[in-house]
This record gives sequence, C-alpha cells and structure tokens, in this order.
Amino acid sequence: MLEIKALTRLHIGPVTLSLADGEVIAITGPSGSGKSVLLRAIADLDPNTGNLRTQSGVRAEMSGPVWRRKVAYLPAESGWWADTVAAHFEHPEQADLTSLGLPPEAMGWEVARLSSGERQRLAFLRLLERAPDVLLLDEPTAPLDAENTALFESRLKRCMAAGTSVLLVTHDPAQSARMAERHFVFSEGQLRETTHG
Amino acid sequence: MADYIQLSYLDIALASVFLLLNGALSLWLQLGISRNLAFAMVRMVAQLLLVGLLLKQLFAMQSPWLTLLVALFMASFAAREIWARQERRLKGWRGLAIGGGAMAASVGVVALMALVLIVQPDPWWHPRYALPLLGMIMGNAMTGISLALDTLHTALSREQRAIEAQLLLGANKWQAMRPFIRQAMRAGFMPSINGMAAIGVVSLPGMMTGQILSGVDPNEAVKYQLMVMFLIAGATGMAVTLATLGAVRALSDDRDRLRIDRLRKAQK
Repeated sequence: MLEIKALTRLHIGPVTLSLADGEVIAITGPSGSGKSVLLRAIADLDPNTGNLRTQSGVRAEMSGPVWRRKVAYLPAESGWWADTVAAHFEHPEQADLTSLGLPPEAMGWEVARLSSGERQRLAFLRLLERAPDVLLLDEPTAPLDAENTALFESRLKRCMAAGTSVLLVTHDPAQSARMAERHFVFSEGQLRETTHG
Repeated sequence: MADYIQLSYLDIALASVFLLLNGALSLWLQLGISRNLAFAMVRMVAQLLLVGLLLKQLFAMQSPWLTLLVALFMASFAAREIWARQERRLKGWRGLAIGGGAMAASVGVVALMALVLIVQPDPWWHPRYALPLLGMIMGNAMTGISLALDTLHTALSREQRAIEAQLLLGANKWQAMRPFIRQAMRAGFMPSINGMAAIGVVSLPGMMTGQILSGVDPNEAVKYQLMVMFLIAGATGMAVTLATLGAVRALSDDRDRLRIDRLRKAQK
C-alpha cells in the first residue's frame, strides 16, 4: 500500500495518489516531464514536501534509509559501487537469478562487463532483497528483449501477488495494458488518470 | 647569537646572477617565459622585503592586538586560497567557512599549545615566535584541506549514481560515502606523510637549513625541525578530518540524501 498526499518537488505537484496492496499503476508522459523527478521525490532522494505512508508507517516518522528500504526505487540507469556483482547483494546466494533469465554464475561477474539489460535485472534483484512494500520502476524493461521482458513481468506479478504495490513508468502502451489496471499521464507536473494505457 | 655570517645586498645580488642568466637565455631562445620569470622575481623580492620590514616593526612594537591582526589576515588569505583551489566548491558561505573554519580551529589549537606549553616565549604571543610558527603550520594545513576538499567534491559529483544506488538500498550517508571520505582524507594526509618520509634524506627542510646557516647548532636545529614537523602533521591531520567531515555534512542532509545541488563548478 502507498498513500501520497500533496507531494511537491520543484515544479511538480501537488500529487495525490493511493495504491492498494498488490496494485500496479502505469504512468506515461513525454520525456522531460519529470517522471523520474516524481519517483525520486517519492523515494525521498531529493528535498520535497508531502505526507506519504505505506503499511509499514508514515514517512515523516522514519529515517530516510528506513523509508527507502520500504519504498524501493529502480532508476532507469542503475548505480554500482563495487567490482563484482555479488558485492552489491546482502545475500548473494539467495538471489533468484534464473527467474530473470540470468545464469547462476552471474554473481561472480564483473560489473564493468555487464550489458545494460543485465545491469537492469540485477539491480531489480538487489532491490527485492529488502522485501519492499512498494516498487517504483522507471522504464524497467527498456533495455530488455521480448523474452526477458516477459520474464521480468512474470517476476513482477509474483511481487504483486505477495502484496507489493507497484508504480510503473513505461513508454510501452502494451506493457501498460498488460500490467496495470489504472493508467496515468504525467505532464506539466500533474498526474492525470486516463481510461486506457 | 651574532656569530652568523651577515649577508650584504651585494651578496644577494650575486646570488641572483644565475636566475638573471636564465632570463637572458630564455629571451635569446624565445621561450616566452622571461616576462613571467621577471615578474615572479620582482614580486618575490618586493613581498619578502615588505614582510621583513613588517616583522621588524611588529617585533619592535610587541602589541598583542597587532599580532592577532596579522594572524587573522594570514588566516583569511589562507581560507580564500583553499576556496580558490577547489574545482567544485560548496555554494554560498559554506564554501569559505568549512575549509577556513577547519583550518583556523586546528591551526589555532596546535599553535596555541606550541606557544604556551612548548616554546614558552615571554610573552607567550611574542610575534617573533607566534607568526613564523603560525605561518608554517597554516601553509601546510591549507594545502592538506584544499587537496582533501577538491578530491571529495570531485569524487562525490562523479560517483553520484553509485552513492545514490546505495542510499536507495537503505544505506545511510556515511556508509554510502565512506570510500570517498577515505579517498579525500588520504589525499589531504599524503603531503604530510611524504614530507616526513623524505625529510633529512632527500631534502633538508628550509627552516632547518636557515637555522644551520645562521649559526645554530645542528642538533638544536633538528629539535626545532622535529617540533615543527609534529605540529604541522598534527594540525594538518586535524584540519583535513574536520574539513572532510564538515563537507560531508554539508553535502548531505538529515534525510540521508546526497546534496550535489549544493556544489558549483568553478568558472575558469
């Protein structure tokens, strides 16, 4: 569950939105309209105002790090700080690599040699380790081929079945229609619900 | 104490012959550095003569307030120099205050201790002791801080994505920035460590050389040099630590965000 009341950041908002447990909403919008700025603000990565909460509690009553474990943001381009993949995981042996079409030995790979699609899938897996209440996904399947996109979507459906709410930014209308029940357009700093994806 | 060989201005002119020769050579070879060379030389002569006059006056007047004023002038010049040597600086008052504050605090404490407990001149703030000590410690702390802050600010801007990736996984700001804090502090400490390692073998420090040339017993000169080196390294270490931690605080906030927006690139 995620509840956002009057979220503002720079020229964006106020945005008010609520997601039920296991619900997926899809957001589209022109490039540069600030979709990533919105996601960063929800994750509390930039200064912003507004009242937010999940089933774990109210944002204002949690520290930034605790909130970000609950509200997990996957940026369009992931960041890496160590040489090997495994160093980016808390429990590398428990990561479900095969569910996303990655071989078991991927944990030993060097980050510098990863393709953008591999990076994206591994960054998603390392987010899931924290068992977040909410996933904020910024064009997660943009670097993936059709086969891996399908794997990614079915992994996402498992998260939804477990009660995770998902805010999915996507440029793909078909994906939006497949995954989400409610569809939004983000432009000029405002979120508007539309009837179709 | 007057058993050292006094230099006349003719002696000094004689010492400058080789530099003048270099200037002539560069004119002849059209290296284009003769102007810079001449300017730097004139500037050095003027600055040192002036400082000599100023120190002579200060020693004669023995005013605590004037001594303090000169110390403050040195500190503000050093603070401005720290600021100017960073490629990316903190915006606003923090840009000057963090480097300058860290330098003033650590140099102040160390110099005060050296004067009151170690050298113990009478009075303890005697400009003959206070100003040269301050100058040596401050110069080194200044270099250390500017290296540390320049390294930190560059690393944080370049590694923004990697740092934010850790923050997004629930790391706090200290965990996410630790490698870059370490890197910055190492850069700040390096000149002091290298200086201590090479001293006496590769280089005879200028202060000690000066003392020996002016007739001081080498053992005594070594003792003074050791004291100065300890003070320099200690003050630089404290200054680098304070400045780095201060800058990390300024570049993050209480929600453990990375605040790269508080940095600005220097215009060249």
